[in-house]
Amino acid sequence: MIQMEYYLVVSTIMMFAGIYGFFTRRNLLAILISVELILNSVDINFAVFNRFLFPGQLEGFFFALFAIGVSAAETAVAIAIIINIYRNIRNIQVKNMNELNG
Amino acid sequence: MRPELSLIAVILLLFFFDLFAKGKARDYFQPLACVLMAVHVLVNVVPSREAFSLFGSMYQYVPMMSIVKTVMAIGTLVVILQASNWLVGDDTRHKQGEFYVLLLSTLLGMNFMISAGNFLMFFIALELASVPMACLVAFDKYKHHSAEAGAKYILSALFSSGLMLYGISMLYGTTGTLYFDDMAARLSGTPLQVMALVFFFSGLGFKISLVPFHLWTADAYQGAPTTVTGYLSVVSKGAAAFTLMVILMKVFAPMVAEWQTVLFWLIIASITIGNLFAIRQQNMKRFLAFSSISQAGYVMLGVIGGNAMGMTSLVFYLLVYLAANLAAFGIVNVIERNSGKLDMDDYNGLYRTNPKLAFLMTLALFSLAGIPPFAGFFSKFFIFMAAFSEGFHLLVVIALLNTIISLYYYLRVVKAMYINPSDAPIATFRSDGYTRLSLVLCMAGVLLLGIASSVYDGIHLFSFGL
Repeated sequence: MIQMEYYLVVSTIMMFAGIYGFFTRRNLLAILISVELILNSVDINFAVFNRFLFPGQLEGFFFALFAIGVSAAETAVAIAIIINIYRNIRNIQVKNMNELNG
Repeated sequence: MRPELSLIAVILLLFFFDLFAKGKARDYFQPLACVLMAVHVLVNVVPSREAFSLFGSMYQYVPMMSIVKTVMAIGTLVVILQASNWLVGDDTRHKQGEFYVLLLSTLLGMNFMISAGNFLMFFIALELASVPMACLVAFDKYKHHSAEAGAKYILSALFSSGLMLYGISMLYGTTGTLYFDDMAARLSGTPLQVMALVFFFSGLGFKISLVPFHLWTADAYQGAPTTVTGYLSVVSKGAAAFTLMVILMKVFAPMVAEWQTVLFWLIIASITIGNLFAIRQQNMKRFLAFSSISQAGYVMLGVIGGNAMGMTSLVFYLLVYLAANLAAFGIVNVIERNSGKLDMDDYNGLYRTNPKLAFLMTLALFSLAGIPPFAGFFSKFFIFMAAFSEGFHLLVVIALLNTIISLYYYLRVVKAMYINPSDAPIATFRSDGYTRLSLVLCMAGVLLLGIASSVYDGIHLFSFGL
C-alpha cells in the first residue's frame, strides 16, 4: 500500500505550484487556475489525514466535500467578474488592469 | 440563534418584495429595507443572558457575541441609509433587491462566523461573508473600476482562504478534530502546529486587512461603490476582528506565546505601513483605505492581551470606529454623488460652500485621529490601556507615536476644507433625507459614546478573557 507521506508530497507540490503561479501568471484565468490548485491540495490533505490517521471518523472527508462545493461557488463568481472585465476592456491580461494605482 | 433567524426573515421578506412588487410599490423598497433592518436591530438589542450551544456545539453562543452582532447590524442599517441616493440612480434602480439580499447575506455569514464552534462552520460562514461581498464590490456593472476591484477582491479572497484551509488541514492532521473545544485540549504547540497557526492567520488577516495581507485593500476600496467601501471597512472588518479574538482565545489558548509574537509584528507593520502610505494619497477613498489599515492595527491591540479588558475595549473601539468611519464615508459618498469629485484637492474651500458637511467631516476625522473629547479618544485610550496592562509597553509606545503621524494626514483634509483657497469649490447642495439621518446617527455616536460611560460598562459586563 502507498504510504501517507507520498500523498503529502503531492499535495505540498500542488500547494506551492499554486502559490508560485498566483504570483507569476499574468492572465486572470491562469491566476484562477493556480488558486484552484491550492484549494485542491487542501482537499487531498484532508482526505489523506482522515483515511490514514483517523480512519474511524468522517470529519476530514466532509470538510473536503464542503471545500469543493464552496470553491466551485467562488470560482463561478470569479469567472462572472472576469467576463465582466472582458466586456469592458476586451482583455483579461493583468497589465491592462492599471486604472487603480496610487 | 435569534439574530440569525430574524436576519433570515428580513432577507426573505426583501427577496419576495423584490419578486412580487410592481410599479408604484417599488418606490417603497428603500423605506421597507430601512424599517426591517431597524426592527432587526431592536429585536436583538437586549442579549439573552445564558450561554448555550446548538447542533452538537457547531454553533456556540455567549452574550458578548450578541452585542457584537447588534453593533454590526447597526452598521449595516447606516450603510443602507447611505446607499439610498446611489441606488435610485438609473443603472442601479432595477437591481436594488440584489443589493439588499447580497449585503444582508454577507451580514448573515458574519453572524455565523462569530458564533462558529467548529472549523467547518467557520469556513463556510467566512465564505458566505466574502463571496457575496465580491459581487457587491463589482456591483457597478458598467464601470471598469468596479469590475477590476471585484476581480482583485475575489482572487485575493480565494488565495487567502486557500492558505487558511491549508493551515486548518494541518491542525486537523495533528489533532484529529475540527471542534474548537476538543482542538484546544489537544494542541501542544509542535512546530507543525505553529506553521498551521501562521497559515491560519492569512484567512482572517485578509478580511481585517492586516499588513502582509493588505495588498487588495486600496484598490478594492477605490474601485467599489462608496457605500460598499464603507461597509467593507467597518462591518466586515469588525466582525472578522472579533472572530479572530474569539478563536485565538478559545482554540489557540495553549499556544498563547506564539500568537502573541505573530500579532506583535502584525500590529507594528499594519499601523506603521498604513500610516506611511496614507500620507501620500490624493484620492479620498484610497486615503480612507490606508487609514483603515492602520486602524485595524489599533483594533488588534485589544486582541493581543487576551484579557477581558481587551475584549471590552475591542468591541467599544469597533462601535466608535463604526460611527466615525461611516460618517466620513457617508460624506465622501454624498459629495461624490452630487459633484462627482473624489480627490482631496477638490475639497479645497468646501467650508465656504457646504459648511455643515465640512464641520461634520472635521468631527469624524478628529474622532478617527483620537482627539478629546470625541469618542475616538476614549476608545484609543481604553485599547492602549488593555495592551499596556498586559506588559506590551514597547508596542503601545510605537502605537502612540503613530497616532501623531495619523493626526498629520487627518488634519490635511481639514486644512483642505477650511484653509486652502480654491477657484472652483464644490457647489452648494442639499443632501437627501436618508443621508442626513445616517449622519445624525453617526454624529450621535461620535459625540456621546465617549462621554456616556454606561456604554463601556455595559459591554464590560459580558466580556471574558483567556
